[in-house]
Parts: sequence; C-alpha cells; structure tokens
Amino acid sequence: MITVQHLQKSYGHGPSAVRALDDVSIEVPEGEVFGVVGRSGAGKSTLLRTVNLLERPDSGSVSVAGTELTSLNGSALRAARRQVGMVFQHFNLLANRSVQQNVEFALEAARVPRGQRAGRASEMLDLVGLADRGRAYPAQLSGGQKQRVGIARALAARPKVLLSDEATSALDPETTESILDLIARLNRELHLTVLLITHEMDVVKRICASAALMEHGRIVEQGRLVELLRTPGSALAGQLFPLAAPGPGDGPTVIDITFAGGTADRPVIAQLAREHRLDVSILGAVVERIGGTQAGRTRLSLPVQGEAAAAVVADLRRQGLIVDWLRGGEAA
Amino acid sequence: MIDYDSPDFWSNLAEVLLKGTGETLYMVGVATVLTIVIGLPLGILLVGTEKGAFLERALGPVWVARTVNRVLGFVVNVGRSVPFIILMIALIPFTRWLIGTFVGTTASIVPLTIIAIPFFARMVEIAVNDVAPGLYETADALGATRWQLVRRVLLSESMPAILLGVSTTITSIINFSAMVGVVGGGGLGNVAITYGFQRYSWIHIVFVVIILFAIVQLVQLVLSRIAVRVSHRGGADGRRARTGTSRTRTSRTALTPSEGAAP
Ligand SMILES: Nc1ncnc2c1ncn2[C@@H]1O[C@H](COP(=O)(O)OP(=O)(O)OP(=O)(O)O)[C@@H](O)[C@H]1O
Ligand SMILES: [Mg+2]
Repeated sequence: MITVQHLQKSYGHGPSAVRALDDVSIEVPEGEVFGVVGRSGAGKSTLLRTVNLLERPDSGSVSVAGTELTSLNGSALRAARRQVGMVFQHFNLLANRSVQQNVEFALEAARVPRGQRAGRASEMLDLVGLADRGRAYPAQLSGGQKQRVGIARALAARPKVLLSDEATSALDPETTESILDLIARLNRELHLTVLLITHEMDVVKRICASAALMEHGRIVEQGRLVELLRTPGSALAGQLFPLAAPGPGDGPTVIDITFAGGTADRPVIAQLAREHRLDVSILGAVVERIGGTQAGRTRLSLPVQGEAAAAVVADLRRQGLIVDWLRGGEAA
Repeated sequence: MIDYDSPDFWSNLAEVLLKGTGETLYMVGVATVLTIVIGLPLGILLVGTEKGAFLERALGPVWVARTVNRVLGFVVNVGRSVPFIILMIALIPFTRWLIGTFVGTTASIVPLTIIAIPFFARMVEIAVNDVAPGLYETADALGATRWQLVRRVLLSESMPAILLGVSTTITSIINFSAMVGVVGGGGLGNVAITYGFQRYSWIHIVFVVIILFAIVQLVQLVLSRIAVRVSHRGGADGRRARTGTSRTRTSRTALTPSEGAAP
C-alpha cells in the first residue's frame, strides 16, 4: 500500500548539511500497522512527512495505493494527499472552531458537498466515540479526546492510509492505551493501513505487525515482529525485551533465549536441569504478546563455560529456540 | 466671542456637537471599512509572500512572491513612518483627483484611510504570524487549497487578535480625524478648533472631549466583547482576549499620533 524507495533527503548544504534520510526504503502491505522507531533525530518524522509529500525528497520515490506521489504537483497532489490521513503529536486542531467544524474542515478540503458535511462529520465523531461532543471546542477536551478528534478529521475523507507521528506521546499511559486500541480497531474495521512513528516500544508491541528501526537517517532493521524475534542479534528484538545487563557476579556464561510462537510454552529450564544436570539461574524474563503472538525472552546464567556451554546452546538451538550469547561463547 | 448667556446658546451647542459627531462617525466609519477591506488582504499577502511562506509559490514563480513582498513591505514601512500632517498635505493632489476637492469630510477619508492601512496591515501580519505552524502542515495534509487555508485556518485562528487590531485602528483613526479638522475636514476636531481655539469656548472643548472619549470606550468595549466571543482558546490566550490586551502587542504598534505626526 505504501512503497517508499531509495529516499534521500538532506537539510542545508556544505559541511553542515544534515542527512535526514539516507537510502530509505520501506514497504507497508495493505491493512498492516507498521511502526518506525529510533532515537531523536534519526529521521523518523522526515520519513513520515515524505509519505504525503509534506517534505519533498531529494531523490527516490513514494507511492501510495499505486499512485506515484513524487511526480505530482498542485491539485493532483492535493487530491492524492486526501488518500492519506495524518495525526499529530500536538493534535493541531483549530482552536476557535468546534469539534464538528474541525472535522467539517477536512470534508470541505476534500470537496465533499456542503449538504453532506454535517452528516459525515457526525458519523466520524461517532466512530471515534465522541458523538456527543460535536459542539465542544478543543480547549474543553482532554488530550485523549483531542486526539480522537484528530483521528476523526484525518479519516473524514476516507483515506486508505493513516500516518501518525507520535500521536500518543503527549498522553498519559491509560489514554495512550485507549487511543492505540482505537487505531487497532480502525485498522481492523476499515482495513486501514497505518504507518506510525513512536519512541515507545510499548506502542510497537501493542499494535504493530511490522517495524523498522532508524539510525542516522538509515533503516538498520525492518520486518515483521515475529520474524525479528527469531533473528539472532536483532536490535529491535532487544528493544522489545529490555533486560538488565548482566552484572559481574552473574557467572562466566550468560545467554538469552527468545521464544516466539510455538516454542513459547516449553519448559526449557526444567529440561536443562534434568538433561544437562545444570543449575541455571534466571537473570530476567519478559513475556508479552507481540505482533499477535505470545513471545518472551529469558536471560540465563549457566554455571559452565567453553565447550560445555557451547554444547548446551547447540542443543537448545536444535529445538528451534533462538539463543543469543551475552557472555562467553560467541560473545567472547 | 461666545455669549454664554444668549438664550439659544445651548441649542446652538447641541446642534454644532451633533453635526460634528455625525461627521466624525461618517469619516471614521467609512475610513475603517476601507482600511479593513484593503488592509486585511494586504497583511495576509505580507505574511504569505515571505521566504518559505504559504503563498511563496501561489503567485507563480517564487520571484513574483519575493518581489510582491519587498514592494509591499517597503510601501507599508514608508506609510508607517510619514507623519500624518505631512501625509495629508502630500496627498492633496491625489485626493483632489479622486474626490474633486481636498477639503470636507468626504475628502478627509482619503488620508485617514491611507494612514491607517499600513498600520492595520502590520497588525494583521503579526496576528497571522501567531498562528501555530502545525496548522499550515495540517491544512496541507488535508489537501486544502491556499484559499481554504487562509479562510478557514488563518482568519479563524487569528480573528480575536485581528478584532483587537481593528479596535486599535479605529481609535487611531478617531485620533487622526480630529486632526483633519485643521484643514477644514469637519467633524469634532473642527468643532474644537473653530469654537474652542478660535473663540475660546471651553465648554465646547469639554463636550468634544466627552463625546470622543465615549466613542472610543464604546468601540473598545464592543470589539473586545466580540473578540472574546470568537476566541475559544481557553487558558492564557483566552484571558488575554478577555482583558482586552492582545498577544500580538497591538498596543505597541498602535497608530497613535505621538508615533507618527507631531500634533
Ligand atoms: N526543516 C528542517 N531543517 C533542517 N534540519 C531538519 C529539518 N527537519 C529535520 N531536520 C534534521 O533532520 C534530522 C532528522 O529529523 P527528524 O525530525 O526526522 O527526526 P526524528 O527521528 O523525527 O526525531 P524526534 O524523535 O526527535 O522527533 C535531524 O537531525 C533534524 O535536525
Ligand atoms: Mg519526530
């Protein structure tokens, strides 16, 4: 649905130029929720803003629903942008217009005839659970309600794609959850494709099926979360399961075992104790639902090293478990 | 000399004041309407044609916007720095060409409008500059046209500040309208000069002062009420509108005689 190829974008020129995007390509299939994470300044917002051409890339191409946007201008570009809704961190609502009028503005921009706007706007407000707040003004709403208006406005013209730049970053955890649930529901019910940016891995865990990690304007990793979890050494998987780094007293061998999908409920530790006569200690563990499947990561300290440790790891890998060395073995 | 004891003194006074007030309201009213009609688009054009602003490419190639911005900016700055009395004299040929004469109330509207336009345009510029940058982006993301951006976003968001600007502009036009009395422009200024200055009638002066004060108060009261009505920002911004001070610092850029012309 969204295909972004070989984007380049720099700000400024000469030695002080900033490469905001450096050969960025992503592919978001129809109906998927795709998350982009990365540190501040990595280029996430720039990437998102090129998707509806708020930012024109220096080179590369962007196409949405088969329309190549980079070649458009003027009214053709405006029409193409209506296929893409956008929500913002700070909501960007018109302060002196009522909630209803805010949504109607989107319909006016989309050239919906005047007579149909009020009805469509009410319909959208109903969809986001604000049917009774149409006459309120943004200043009278909570942050979460403001973002619901933002979503209603973004979807008023019935776009196929929703872009979200840190839409929940200004909200408290509970409100964040309700907004994410709303986006997930719209994704299911309207078959909406969502490209979202966030710096919270919790957001990715909760609603994304795929994700990309950006660093210094480049995509360093991308894929379906389930696949990423199965990829040894994946930085994204590491961020999805943040475990405390092992301390000096944690023994010579430390490994991470990642379970995803079918392997999640296997009694690995009991098995290690039984078959290898090992007294392992658990340094940390996380179990979550990620990308629609149960997944977890356990950090273990093994009281063996060298060949003995390698044999244990090989045995675990034979069983289809993903094992990363943190200390000893391949990590050394 | 005025004969205060004359039996028809009070009815004369009332007649003179009524005529003067009518003339002042006519001059100020028409000048205000013209100022808004010309100054509002001018102010928006000034903001929009700046480097990287929303009308940069709307007028054709970028150099068109750049040129429009330079020319308008220059004209507005000149207009703002010429003292009113001098502007009024300088405009005599233009006024005569336009109206057929340069004395009288109708002729006075010309310099009053021309002095007020640059100041009002600047206030509009400041008010529109205050609109949150995110809203331009939002309008673009929604596929809005430039006209929809101006009409639905910029004017709507800056309307409270613009209304306070209108209030300040009217106050200043009233100030200047008194000055046009000097060149036979009519109105309350003329009353003050012919009766108060030339015939030493303090009572005329007192009434002129009271009436002008009342008009200014009424204008400010009504406009700040409307500004509060259209503002729904709440919080600090709403309070500012309510107390009649604008976040656009209109009072500092106000069109007062002390800034322009020496009386
Ligand atoms: N309009 C601009 N002019 C100049 N430099 C810019 C501009 N926009 C972004 N940049 C630079 O490009 C880089 C990427 O910025 P971007 O906003 O995309 O980062 P981000 O990943 O969204 O960061 P954050 O998480 O803080 O929002 C940064 O170094 C930033 O300073
Ligand atoms: Mg950003």
